[in-house]
Amino acid sequence: MNPENYLYLSALLFTLGACGVLLRRNAIVVFMCVELMLNAANLALVTFSRMHGNLDGQILAFFVMVVAAAEVVVGLAIIVTVYRSRHSASVDDASLMKL
Amino acid sequence: MSALASLAAETSTSTGEAAQFWLLGPLALLGGLGTVLMRRAVYSALCLAGTMVILALFYLSNGAYFLGMVQIVVYTGAVMMLFLFVLMLVGVSSTDSLKETLKGQQWLAAACGLGLGLLLVSGIGQASTGSFTGLGQANSGGNVQGLASLLFTRYVVAFEVTGVLLTIAAVGATLLTHRERLERAKSQREQAEARVRENKHLPPLPAPGVYARHNAVDLPGLLPDGSPSELTVNPTLRARGQMREVHRDALAAVRALEQRTNRHHGRPENPGIPAGQTNGNGANGNGADGVNGKGLAGSSAADGPAGAADEAATDAEEARK
Amino acid sequence: MIGLLVGAPLLGAAVLLVGGRLLERTGHWLATALAAVSLVLAVTLFLDMLGREGEERALHQHLFSWIPVADLQADVAFRLDQLSMTFVLLITSVGTLIHLYSIGYMAHDPRRRRFFAYLNLFLAAMLLLVLADNYLLLYVGWEGVGLASFLLIGFWQHKPSAATAAKKAFVVNRVGDVGLSIAILLMFTTFGTFAFEPVLANANETGEGTLTAIGLMLLLAACGKSAQVPLQSWLGDAMEGPTPVSALIHAATMVTAGVYLITRSGAIFNAAPDAQTVVIVVGAVTLLFGAIVGCAKDDIKKALAGSTMSQIGYMMLAAGLGPVGYVFAIMHLVTHGFFKAGLFLGAGSVMHGMNDEVDMRRYGGLRKYMPITFVTFGLAYLAIIGFPYLSGYFSKDEIIYAGFSQGGAEGWILGGVMLLGAALTAYYMTRIMLLTFFGEKRWQPDAQGHEPHPHESPLSMTIPMMVLAVGSVGAGFFFDSGERFVHWLEPVTGLGHGDSPVSHGTVALAATGVMLLGVVGAWWQYGRRPVPVVAPAGRWITRAARRDLLQDDFNHAVLVRPGNYLTRGLVYLDHKLVDGVVNGTAASVGGLSGRLRRVQNGFARSYAVSMFGGAAVLVAATLLMRAV
Repeated sequence: MNPENYLYLSALLFTLGACGVLLRRNAIVVFMCVELMLNAANLALVTFSRMHGNLDGQILAFFVMVVAAAEVVVGLAIIVTVYRSRHSASVDDASLMKL
Repeated sequence: MSALASLAAETSTSTGEAAQFWLLGPLALLGGLGTVLMRRAVYSALCLAGTMVILALFYLSNGAYFLGMVQIVVYTGAVMMLFLFVLMLVGVSSTDSLKETLKGQQWLAAACGLGLGLLLVSGIGQASTGSFTGLGQANSGGNVQGLASLLFTRYVVAFEVTGVLLTIAAVGATLLTHRERLERAKSQREQAEARVRENKHLPPLPAPGVYARHNAVDLPGLLPDGSPSELTVNPTLRARGQMREVHRDALAAVRALEQRTNRHHGRPENPGIPAGQTNGNGANGNGADGVNGKGLAGSSAADGPAGAADEAATDAEEARK
Repeated sequence: MIGLLVGAPLLGAAVLLVGGRLLERTGHWLATALAAVSLVLAVTLFLDMLGREGEERALHQHLFSWIPVADLQADVAFRLDQLSMTFVLLITSVGTLIHLYSIGYMAHDPRRRRFFAYLNLFLAAMLLLVLADNYLLLYVGWEGVGLASFLLIGFWQHKPSAATAAKKAFVVNRVGDVGLSIAILLMFTTFGTFAFEPVLANANETGEGTLTAIGLMLLLAACGKSAQVPLQSWLGDAMEGPTPVSALIHAATMVTAGVYLITRSGAIFNAAPDAQTVVIVVGAVTLLFGAIVGCAKDDIKKALAGSTMSQIGYMMLAAGLGPVGYVFAIMHLVTHGFFKAGLFLGAGSVMHGMNDEVDMRRYGGLRKYMPITFVTFGLAYLAIIGFPYLSGYFSKDEIIYAGFSQGGAEGWILGGVMLLGAALTAYYMTRIMLLTFFGEKRWQPDAQGHEPHPHESPLSMTIPMMVLAVGSVGAGFFFDSGERFVHWLEPVTGLGHGDSPVSHGTVALAATGVMLLGVVGAWWQYGRRPVPVVAPAGRWITRAARRDLLQDDFNHAVLVRPGNYLTRGLVYLDHKLVDGVVNGTAASVGGLSGRLRRVQNGFARSYAVSMFGGAAVLVAATLLMRAV
């Protein structure tokens, strides 16, 4: 088997996550889909690392994880704050910034 | 682990890895699909956790042992748990409608997704090579040691910066969710005094589900005339929209019981509920939307405790006059 | 000292304009005193100048550098030579007299303080004009007198006719001022300086074409300021101003600024014969034009205004003759300043006694009621028609003689025109005299039913009239005896002698003859029989002359109406084309934004779709580039 299969899987997972972001209205689910996309990217990075025979890809994946963790913390805090004031976690409800 | 290590060190993949991929890969895809398509957010979270675990296995088989462990501990363990906490906070049992509300969003999303997927796949296909290097050399001193030596030499600045980033994120999250209490919390005594002063709800609020023969906290208690009282349900559940509706059989039974009691006492037939109002208040008739169908009688009688049936009935009568 | 000459009235104007109510009672005395200070200074300087000889008489005073920019050097500097001195004496003396006269004339006007402030402002500007050492500073004075004239013509601004007349004078003068500014710019490009001395000294070495252009532009300026054809239309209407203003500005001083300008720029005109010819033509035409208008007007001040135009026409003509005429132009200017101011003050006195009635057909027989006015007016009248041995006789005859001395057909034509003008002068002045002071009384109650009670004016008004009458009688004789005036001005203007086909005596005789002809003609028409109170219809020439020989109609048809059409067309273009383009652009941008706005629906997921689509396009582009 060629490790490129991992890349195909990564591409599919990434696309799935993107579709989830576009289709779901629950902010938490949207956020989970973003995490799915990040994970797909990580898989691709790890696979590249193996294919090229050095560890830089893994380092990059590590940084992605750290940043994703920070992002999750802040993002969930925002969701909680918004929910507290608007009693809704729907991303469509926060559509007031328009004419 | 050593078997896995030898696997990744190879410059070609073994049959075992192929089997693992073809077994777990579709499972990971299914997990991703579930994340996107499940109506309940909790199920989505569980599907995502499954996918992440499978990805962790793939990391391991790709020679990224440290990352595989981190994936399980940090992602599946910490991040997904954080998601679940927030889900619990927001309302775990609520379901989302998957019906699209934005015009054309579905089709645009599908087109974009399909297009991007095809493009990526074709791009990978174009760039495919027959052979690869493998991590045998790079992992020779141990994967963790190799990562560490890179992280603390070439990537040390980025590493420090991510440390700062994490600190800022922690402080930011605390700041966002923190609510300053502007006044002292009222003691129980003060609350009671305030109730007396306002002359509202002097006795404790009625308990839920008294007449519904159901002890669930999310079922409203019924008033003497058979209409559900929202006051009986916890305000938090009400705010989340998680108040359950009373089954119409229960409502009918209450009415029958009431009538029987009246007959037994020789009182006029059903003084509380005139025919017209029963029809007007859909909640009593069919119980279809009992949660929201709080009628006039319900609101006027809601002041009285559910237990004091006679008193409430007279109240309702007075309110009508 | 020269600076003080200008500064005194300027200070008066500033104090009076800023001073406010405090000066309401005493302001006019302050203004008159400051004018008198200028007069005393002028006389002192004059005596000082007489103490020196010939070339040393000219004084220069450099006050400060005004615009020191590289090659552009303009100074505030004064030049007091014989020509300036003449003007300074005329301006300060007549000005002081008229200040004095105005004290009586404007006694009952609530805005008297402002009036005197404007008079002082005028004096300062006029003195600046004649004392300036360069054309740029002269331009400042030129505009200053224009401003003062505008303010004083429209002094009774509550009368729409006065406001309109002020505006008209301002606009017409603007045309002339453009000529002056172009002339100054031409001088700067040609000579690189504005100062009189280098410009006039180098005039001979410059191309004739440039000099002709400068000369014509200077003539345009002079035409505007001195009410010469074709920019003459404002002077008649300017009589809407108070009579002292008419006497000072629109008879004695400001309107003669054009003659001063041409005399001062004599070197330029001497080197540009074409420009000189145009000056002569303008002078001759205006001479007849003004005289004809003066013959037909029933409004005493407008008849005098026509006379002023005509007399300035004489001066222009003389100035156009070159060195032969400059001296006599200035001499006539000075004598004219005396007798025309006297005539205007007399007219003002008559109006003062007649409830501001200006129609001469409603006067009549006033000599019994206003003896002093009658005598002074009569003396000035005799002076202007050229009665032998009075002022006009000397100055006008010299101009006529200079005209003849052009020689050939030109000389005969000019002489003939000027003799015709002299006859007309005698005619219209006799007509004014007869209508006003002789015959039976014809006055009627005015609109409010007030019967006028003709009476002699107060002393503050009659004294200036008497002084001016003395000037009218004696100035000519004084100037002419021993050719004093000629020797006085010769160092500045030069003096030429043409060879005249006729002798001095013949000219004097002919002039006196035509003068008598005009007087008899006027007596024939107005003295023999009673004058109708309402003017008869008259022949076409009379009717045209009453309308200022149709000059307003001409201006209206040739300038105003096309201007209106042009403006209307431009407005139309502006609305349809310029606004159309602007509005159309705005509308199309607005419409486009209105449609693009729908993209911004506020839903994060919509934005995410576009972002995602963009990413897909980028990936596609990358792959495409690789494939290619």
